[in-house]
Amino acid sequence: MAKGIKNEVAIIGMGCTKFGELWQKSASDLIVDAYLEAVEDAGIDKNDIDAAWFGTCFDEVNVGKSGLTLSKALKLPFIPVTRVENFCTSGTESFRGACYAVASGSCDIALALGVEKLKDTGYGGLPDFGNLLGLENRSTFPNMTAPGGFAMMATTYFAKYGLSPEAGKRALAHVSSKSHHNGTLHPKAHLRKEISIEKVMKAPIIAWPLGLFDCCGVSDGAACAVVCRADMAKNFRVDPIYVKSLQIAVTSGEEMAHQRWDCAHVETTCRAGINAYKEAGITHPREEIGMMELHDCFSITEFVTYEDLQISPRGRARDDVESGFFDLDGKIPCQTDGGLKCFGHPIGASGLRMIYEVYKQLQGRADRRQIRNPRLGLTHNLGGFPCMSVASVGIFGNEL
Amino acid sequence: MVGITSYGAYIPWYRLNRKIIFEQFGWFNPATAGVAVGEKAVANYDEDTLTMAVSAAVDCLTNEDRDSLYGLFLASTSLPFAERQNSVIVSEALDLDSGIRTADFSGSIRSGTSALLCALDGVKNKRRILVCAGDNRMGKPGSSQEHTFGDGAAALLVGNEGVIAAFKGGYSVSRDFIDHRRTSMDKFGYGWEERWIRDEGYAKIIPEAALGLIQKYHLNVGDFAKIVIACPVAGALKGLVKTLGASPDQIQDNLMADVGDTGTAMPLMMLVAALEDAKPGDKILVLSYGSGSDALFFEATDEIKNVQKERKGIKGHLAERNDLPVYSKYLVFRNMIPLDVGIRGEDISPTAMSVLWREGKCVSALVGSKCQACGTPQYPPQRVCVNPDCGVIDHMEDFRFSDKIGTLTSYTGDNLAFSWDPPQIYGLVDFKEGGRLFLDLTDCSLDTINVGMPVSMRFRRKYSDPQRGFFGYFWKAVPFK
Repeated sequence: MAKGIKNEVAIIGMGCTKFGELWQKSASDLIVDAYLEAVEDAGIDKNDIDAAWFGTCFDEVNVGKSGLTLSKALKLPFIPVTRVENFCTSGTESFRGACYAVASGSCDIALALGVEKLKDTGYGGLPDFGNLLGLENRSTFPNMTAPGGFAMMATTYFAKYGLSPEAGKRALAHVSSKSHHNGTLHPKAHLRKEISIEKVMKAPIIAWPLGLFDCCGVSDGAACAVVCRADMAKNFRVDPIYVKSLQIAVTSGEEMAHQRWDCAHVETTCRAGINAYKEAGITHPREEIGMMELHDCFSITEFVTYEDLQISPRGRARDDVESGFFDLDGKIPCQTDGGLKCFGHPIGASGLRMIYEVYKQLQGRADRRQIRNPRLGLTHNLGGFPCMSVASVGIFGNEL
Repeated sequence: MVGITSYGAYIPWYRLNRKIIFEQFGWFNPATAGVAVGEKAVANYDEDTLTMAVSAAVDCLTNEDRDSLYGLFLASTSLPFAERQNSVIVSEALDLDSGIRTADFSGSIRSGTSALLCALDGVKNKRRILVCAGDNRMGKPGSSQEHTFGDGAAALLVGNEGVIAAFKGGYSVSRDFIDHRRTSMDKFGYGWEERWIRDEGYAKIIPEAALGLIQKYHLNVGDFAKIVIACPVAGALKGLVKTLGASPDQIQDNLMADVGDTGTAMPLMMLVAALEDAKPGDKILVLSYGSGSDALFFEATDEIKNVQKERKGIKGHLAERNDLPVYSKYLVFRNMIPLDVGIRGEDISPTAMSVLWREGKCVSALVGSKCQACGTPQYPPQRVCVNPDCGVIDHMEDFRFSDKIGTLTSYTGDNLAFSWDPPQIYGLVDFKEGGRLFLDLTDCSLDTINVGMPVSMRFRRKYSDPQRGFFGYFWKAVPFK
């Protein structure tokens, strides 16, 4: 494996808008809001930025293709701007582009910004995928929605590990209920309401066995990061956050077409996790990771990710979940800002929003959500469906 | 000897008790009380004449060689496409050779027996021809046809080797008797007075063909073990039995009590039912009706027993049923009322014909590829083997999944996805031979499926695009029975 970019790049500023149904804000408004917070936090202006990466998923609705949406909104001075898209990892992909540019030496300071305006699509939930997966998909693939695609993983997980639907749904309900609590503590979160385990379990079914509260918020929002060479980070602030690893794994297609995949885990998350731990030099993730922002698009996704990232043993996530291991006061707090579940999920912004929370926690600036002395934080995105996915894992630390 | 070498049938899973129709529209047309008895078979929202014909053909081709069929004829008055040959869609779904002769027969509910006669006439030199007939005609809400019309299909393989029912002769009468008509602009047909149809139509035209055949071949009505009279009207049927001088136990049940008037398919479905119970040597007379009448005379051979065991046929399909308990579902399934489908139901992207043509039997017949190096079947067909331990490039052969039994590894019932019958149920299907597919499930409910259950493949309508005039077909999984 290549040497990687551990400790080569530092985050010196971040911004994040409030997430939610932002009927009054355009994508450009959100871009400007997230950007302003980030450059003020970093203490730079746009002439300091060498290049920018822009993440957005549903270009067809509202946001548009290419890097122009970002450069025009910010009036960036004819610098390179690249738009990236990789389903729900789009935000992390933009961050990866900026980090690689800095690590390569071609930029001193780079900007990553992700935005999504889902609430202008007219859909409750994500827009239909239609031809999103290519023209061929149309004639052969089921009319699968995101909740349906992930619900199948819960069906098979329950069957594989002998959980009754009641027991399985209860364990998943704990995941969502925990995030709802954390979400109440963040002023920028989309959904800020305590939801009990009983209420999660009794909610209307969206895609069996997942109910309404097993599904994340569908939101508008933007988030932004300013990164620079690690060796110059202290020129900007006393508490820069260092990138320890950034890994992406994209499916080979075997889960969909070869029976090796058991439909009860996400292979790309496993692979990205292994590589990320290697790059960061982590050998005992359960002991070393201080907090996690996981891609909890659905409760089952967060649930299997505990296992896929080697935090919980295979088939045993339920024990950790129900013992409070991932609660705000647990051993590895997860979704301390509410996660996708409650902070919301404007797709292109989500990866950067997770990094935003890890950044704040590692700096000790997380207000009422602040956990005790975290050293390493992990972010995880999962795009596509469990059967054909792209996963990203980022690890960040407050020390070199 | 030329004759029938195999048979198959298909009856949709859903049955609508006619009382449910009468409860809704009896107030408007109290005269329909007379026909509001029994139940009728109703095609699911994803079924039409083509899908039913394919299912009947699959039944008919059980343990039969699919290669080297000479022809496939499809008869129906409810063909989905006015242009784009319907029979070739059936042929390709069955993965038959492109060297086959295909033809659509339509215009009259007699076209089922017309297609059969043409096929029988065309048999020589070991030629085998598959004849399919199916109909799902719609009766206007409030009409008696709404009660009587039912959905179903039959398939008969004809040839001169392994004949189970020898064709001994036919006699046709063609008359422009306009009891019922429908122009190319109409969704529903238009009829003349029922008593006139009974007295001048059924009562005179069917006997003309029947007696014509009996005289031509020097037979007596009493010679027949079974007489198939494709007459859906009880009173008219009673009169015909009398006119022909037949005894009631000679008359094949017309399936009106549990399937309904399946139009083009009716005489062939009744023939299949007769063949299911036929003994070697039994003579069978088939009488169809519509713009005249065809009379066909068959005699069962010793070989009939071989086929009787292996086909689901009429009996098997009659046993597989599920109540359609809500009238509004029937209206929706048959596209008879506008439904608030919402943004997910409206969003239909155009079908790229170039893609469909290029994909070919991958879409039409569920044909994937099998790696010649490691033996892994895979779908859709791949150039690079999907087996992570193999990965060989361009060493693939065709592998047909449509006739394989799979196991349900995962599933969900999706209330967010648009469906004409929510929730949309789909799942992951693994095959014993290897390979897996994500497929829609149909003809089942969420509470009757579970991980590990066996499923079989069914050809169904996957979507329709009314704006651009297109129906997309693909395969779905159904619980294996």
